[in-house]
Amino acid sequence: MIQVNGLTKDYGARRAIDNLTFDAEQGEIVGFLGPNGAGKTTTMRILTGYMPPTEGTATVAGYDIIEESLEVRRRVGYLPETVPLYNDMTALEYLKFMADLRHIPDAEERAHETLENVNLADRANSYIGTFSKGMRQRIGLAQALIHRPEVLILDEPTIGLDPAQVVEMRKVIREIGKDRTVLLSTHILSEAQQVCDRVLIINKGRIVTEDTPENLQSRLVGAQRVILRVRGDSDGLTGRVTKVKGVRGVEAKPDGSVEFEFDAGEDARPQVAKAIIESGYELLEMHAVGLSLEEIFLELTRETTGGKKSS
Amino acid sequence: MRNIWTIAKREYDHYFISPIAYVVAFMILITTGSIFAVNIVIFQQNVSQLFGQAPDISPVTGAFGFLLVLAIPAVTMRLLADEARMGTLELLLTAPVRDFELVAGKWLGGLLFILSIVAVTLIYPILLNGIVIGNLTLLQPMVTPGLDRQLMLSSYLGVILLAASFLALGVGISAIFTNQFAAFFMTLSLFVILWWLIGFPAQVLPGASGQVFNYLSMQTHFYDAFGSGSIHLKDIVYFVSLIALGLFTGTTAVEIRRWR
Repeated sequence: MIQVNGLTKDYGARRAIDNLTFDAEQGEIVGFLGPNGAGKTTTMRILTGYMPPTEGTATVAGYDIIEESLEVRRRVGYLPETVPLYNDMTALEYLKFMADLRHIPDAEERAHETLENVNLADRANSYIGTFSKGMRQRIGLAQALIHRPEVLILDEPTIGLDPAQVVEMRKVIREIGKDRTVLLSTHILSEAQQVCDRVLIINKGRIVTEDTPENLQSRLVGAQRVILRVRGDSDGLTGRVTKVKGVRGVEAKPDGSVEFEFDAGEDARPQVAKAIIESGYELLEMHAVGLSLEEIFLELTRETTGGKKSS
Repeated sequence: MRNIWTIAKREYDHYFISPIAYVVAFMILITTGSIFAVNIVIFQQNVSQLFGQAPDISPVTGAFGFLLVLAIPAVTMRLLADEARMGTLELLLTAPVRDFELVAGKWLGGLLFILSIVAVTLIYPILLNGIVIGNLTLLQPMVTPGLDRQLMLSSYLGVILLAASFLALGVGISAIFTNQFAAFFMTLSLFVILWWLIGFPAQVLPGASGQVFNYLSMQTHFYDAFGSGSIHLKDIVYFVSLIALGLFTGTTAVEIRRWR
């Protein structure tokens, strides 16, 4: 449904996306995972016909995004990151306007139907300006769904929502994704894991890796990071921890705690605990920390970018 | 065409909830109303001097030149600038709508709004006609000998073409700027040039170059042609060219915006 081939986009001298190649099958939910500024939005804007690429080609629903832009736009539903709403319109007026732009017969009926799909039927005649963030997100989604598109492109669909709304939005997306192609972007790892069939990790305009959430999970949790804290003076603690077999990346934190990591296969914690106590420290606490997304990116992009933290 | 109409309709509805639209309508109606009233008073006091000369509606339609120079920048400044600011431009540019249809729809919406205000001023010729034929029944149809109807029609055609040209240029400029106020002042500056300033070289320069400036001046076409009752192809061509120029500029600006 979506085929992207060597897509590149330059903003002046800055290269936003660099030679992207990927595809998405019908009925597949593909997640675009990456930090802010990685090129997710740029890629989506190119695929939706908002702007042309500098180089490369892509087809969506069988149509070329440059040559047959209008055909592509007819078949794609798009929810931009800043939900594009007219605050002075009611939910129904807004959807009817979008339905008219898409030449849908019985626009009003379809607008009602779509409002029901996103659980906003009871607010059909309320002004969008009075809507909460969650409702705005849902009416934005309704706009993307109104013409029953073959391909749905959602830019950060859960950003700014409260936890209950996030759960609901994910449910809605999974429901939609059963028979349609969905490309969604997120910077939340767990979201990509819960919603997507396949995840593309993108950083600095390049695809770093691409896999199913399950495979990604096991690859990413290849290393386990642990924080440990002792009572009183922690002088010499780092040196002691470093000597334990299997431990690497030992780091003393300003608050006196020490962080280290080890390969997931061989748990080094018992050895570390034993070594510390034998050296006369009083062990207060030792707990595992999950890898934050930034750390995952550092991990995955270390070879290409020299480990610099990306924005 | 259908998309142009959809966008125009939404734009037209939007005007009636925006304060600027009411300010513009108020300004136009109070000015034309005052001019009309004052003219009737003068006419009554100087009946003898004006004897033999039919009263006409040109003081009212003539005032539109100045009024539209001020009003249209306020009407057009937000047309595309606001969409860009609110992020809804992304919605329209990813909808199956051509860039030209978007720009033309915005223009048409603004034109319909201005024409609604202009339509209200039709009350003055109807009143004046009633005064002229000595029968103030408002619904009295215009009968001869009443107003000079050809002059009235050509004057109003002039107002419509002037409004359409100003709006097209305003939409074009609005498409270039993301900032409403930048759009407003750029549009106003352009109108001041086209309406007033261009008249000075037209008077000063001799021969052909003076004629070129004279042809470019909006006042020439508005007052000397439509405002005096004559409809010429060259004047229609002038205004239609401005409309085409404005819409083309707007479409190009939207396309350039995509490439950035």
